[in-house]
Amino acid sequence: MKTRPLQSLLRRLLISEYFVLYLTIVMFTGAALIFPQVGLSNTLGLPFNISNQFLNMWPLLAVAVGQTFVLIVGGIDLSQGSIMAITSVVGAMVMSSALDPAMFDRSPFWGTLMRPEGGVLSGSPLAAPVGVLLMLALGIGIGFFNGFVITRFRIAPFMATLVSMIFFSALALWITQSRNIPSLPEDFIRLGTGDIVSVYLGEKTESTIPRREIFSAIAYPTVIAFALAIFGSFLLNRTALGRHMFAIGTNRRSAHISGVPTNRVIILVYMFSGFCAAVSAILYSARLGIGQPSLGNNLLLDIVGAVVIGGTSLFGGKGSIKGTVFGVAFFVLLLNVLNAARLSPFIIDAVKGGIILLAALLDVTRTRLVGQEGQL
Amino acid sequence: MSVVLHTNKLSKAFFGVPAVQDVSISVEAGQILGLVGQNGAGKSTLMNLIGGVVHADSGTMSLHGQPYQPRNPADAFRAGIAFIHQELNLFTNLSIAENIFIESFPTQRRGPFRLIDRSAVHQRTEALLAQVGLALPPNLTIDRISPGERQLVEIAKALHIDASLFILDEPTTSLTNRETERLFALMKQLQAQGKALIYISHILNDVLALADSIAVMRDGQLITQEPVQNFDVGRMISLMVGRSIDHLYPERTSQPSSEILLDVQGVTADGIVKDIALRVHQGEIVGLFGLMGSGRTELARILFGVDGFESGQVILDKRRFTVSVPRESIRSGVAFVTENRREEGLLMDISIHENVALVALPQFCHTPLQIVDQDAAYSSVRQTLNALQLKSGDIRKQPVRSLSGGNQQKVVIAKWLLSKPKLFIMDEPTRGIDVEAKFEIYTIMDQLAGSGSGILFISSELEELMGMCDRIVVMSRGEIVGEFARQAFDAKAILHAAFREGEALT
Repeated sequence: MKTRPLQSLLRRLLISEYFVLYLTIVMFTGAALIFPQVGLSNTLGLPFNISNQFLNMWPLLAVAVGQTFVLIVGGIDLSQGSIMAITSVVGAMVMSSALDPAMFDRSPFWGTLMRPEGGVLSGSPLAAPVGVLLMLALGIGIGFFNGFVITRFRIAPFMATLVSMIFFSALALWITQSRNIPSLPEDFIRLGTGDIVSVYLGEKTESTIPRREIFSAIAYPTVIAFALAIFGSFLLNRTALGRHMFAIGTNRRSAHISGVPTNRVIILVYMFSGFCAAVSAILYSARLGIGQPSLGNNLLLDIVGAVVIGGTSLFGGKGSIKGTVFGVAFFVLLLNVLNAARLSPFIIDAVKGGIILLAALLDVTRTRLVGQEGQL
Repeated sequence: MSVVLHTNKLSKAFFGVPAVQDVSISVEAGQILGLVGQNGAGKSTLMNLIGGVVHADSGTMSLHGQPYQPRNPADAFRAGIAFIHQELNLFTNLSIAENIFIESFPTQRRGPFRLIDRSAVHQRTEALLAQVGLALPPNLTIDRISPGERQLVEIAKALHIDASLFILDEPTTSLTNRETERLFALMKQLQAQGKALIYISHILNDVLALADSIAVMRDGQLITQEPVQNFDVGRMISLMVGRSIDHLYPERTSQPSSEILLDVQGVTADGIVKDIALRVHQGEIVGLFGLMGSGRTELARILFGVDGFESGQVILDKRRFTVSVPRESIRSGVAFVTENRREEGLLMDISIHENVALVALPQFCHTPLQIVDQDAAYSSVRQTLNALQLKSGDIRKQPVRSLSGGNQQKVVIAKWLLSKPKLFIMDEPTRGIDVEAKFEIYTIMDQLAGSGSGILFISSELEELMGMCDRIVVMSRGEIVGEFARQAFDAKAILHAAFREGEALT
């Protein structure tokens, strides 16, 4: 088969790992030109917006890393959003330093774990560290439960995590009676907003710079999400666990006969997924300063969409954290553009769905192209 | 008598390997043609050609004197050829009636709609079921009836389209004695109605009792088609075995030692294998022969810990070996080359390197995070593949899928070699690969035995077992029914044991 230069370029572009990154840059620059709200019209708008978009990206990235793992072993974790809700609520319940009786006196834990003067660790210097550890442990625990149900009782991942999704979402609402838990400790809130490196663009003419003109370049969430992504990528590419995950996702029976401890690996993967959801919940809750029972409610589509756009296959056996980072960037910026275009939320959701469909088509096309390559 | 189906010099090759060569047979109305031959002789391919499942490379067919060229199974079915497979083609979630009428339901106009005429379907199905001797309600779903009853439903379905030729491929393997009798009675009845039948079976006595003429196939060729009177079981077997063994196999370069490596004592799994006693010595290649469904593959799976068993024990290298999961078997030094490399042997879409490194991964890992030492893994994999003379591109990029069958099998063997096993269980290691690659695989087996490993070599090709093994153990219906030392190898005697002469039904 003879290919013309243009075709072969297009082909290499489609197969490239960086395809989504290129796409993101093209989309965003294009949109910035069309919609002034997104960027370029005023000198401060662009960096401000970009810095803001990055802040949106980190919690989504954290949870998407976990979903990438689950998709690679050929599963799916629908419960991530609910894990975020329940960990957010439970963490906040322990850490809060003041709870309004008028809002929480109907909670099942009112008077025991929740009191007017706050949670059990109210005001303690240990509140933030213990709260964080508790949230992580809870996320890992729910992940273990998912993995255990899936491997022990051979229930389809879709079913098992659907049950978790409904159950823990309801539990979070029940505990809080649908109210957000306020008054979280400063130490905790810093995890979601604190800057490590900030940037000021422009001439320094005054002795003080207004806060709104300083943009966070590297914040705690940046470091946390990136560390998680790098750790995930390391697990996936450098350890036996990662190799085993790809083997299971490609052919579980072959993997089992080759001595891969399939059940153990699958349980670990769902535990990691729960852990990532908990990290994401920490970042979101800290940024919002509250424990929110509706956290992660509508996030499922965004998570799966971002991961699939990043090249991870829904059929298992294929995927990378690098791809997921690009996928998340694409999704967040796409949302930014759609919002800037002042589209209604309904249309935004429809567009999101369309994008995921395109991503799935891209997955199929890539597989076909790579297959042709193999025969050359 | 009129000829229903005639094939003229049909040929079909798969990947350059001929499966059917210049085969000309004919079936007459009111006759049963028995078709016999070893596994891989080309019987199934021939039937798949007739049934439209595969297309001939050359040659022609005629049906009732008209040229016949089915493009797909539906075509063949509409032409009146009913193919009753080993694996049945019924929708288990639908009812008997729905299965019979699936191609086209009788309809009735009701206002603007065309609705299925339920009562017509019901009545017609009842009539058809009566014809095949089944007293079942038409609305029963297929998953609630037995394999034998399902076969009769298939026949009823064929009667519904007024088929003129019935092909039955090993129909009795999953049937009880009573069901088999009922099937044979029905076949006689169809014959009396002037239908033509092709009956394929490994139970030679059944074939002798039922058929009017017998066709023997070997290595893709038709050896003879003659009236049944010209045959007895002995002649059929000699014709099936045919040529003597020449240099298709490498010389064995070593002798087995007297040290027992594997000792299987009375292993029993209900309804699968019964009271298996089997020994493999160091450096020995033991052949395990049996027909399809004899329990040979099942035994291999039990020994490797894929499936469980109820009683008996397995001793490996003088230590009692609790067979539990493959992971433990691998640790104890057992390797398992599965019969279906696509489904259970390989990760088809993953690179050659990843496939080979998978089993021995723990060897290359550093604790506590189980970090893989990539360089060490790569050099071991490279070394092993070089020793096996694998022809490939970049092993870290090329997926296994793109390799030929023979090279895929080398990848399977390589991945087990890396874990340095004492005992190899190889289930059909040469299935679907060409002659040259087969020779290479045999050479590897000889080298393994030379280095002191024991090999349990399972195959349905008797010739290769006789060419390679020190001993052949024969299984039938889940039991070991015979054992032959190399000096006493005799194809006829081994086949007699495998066919369990004299124990057939009719």
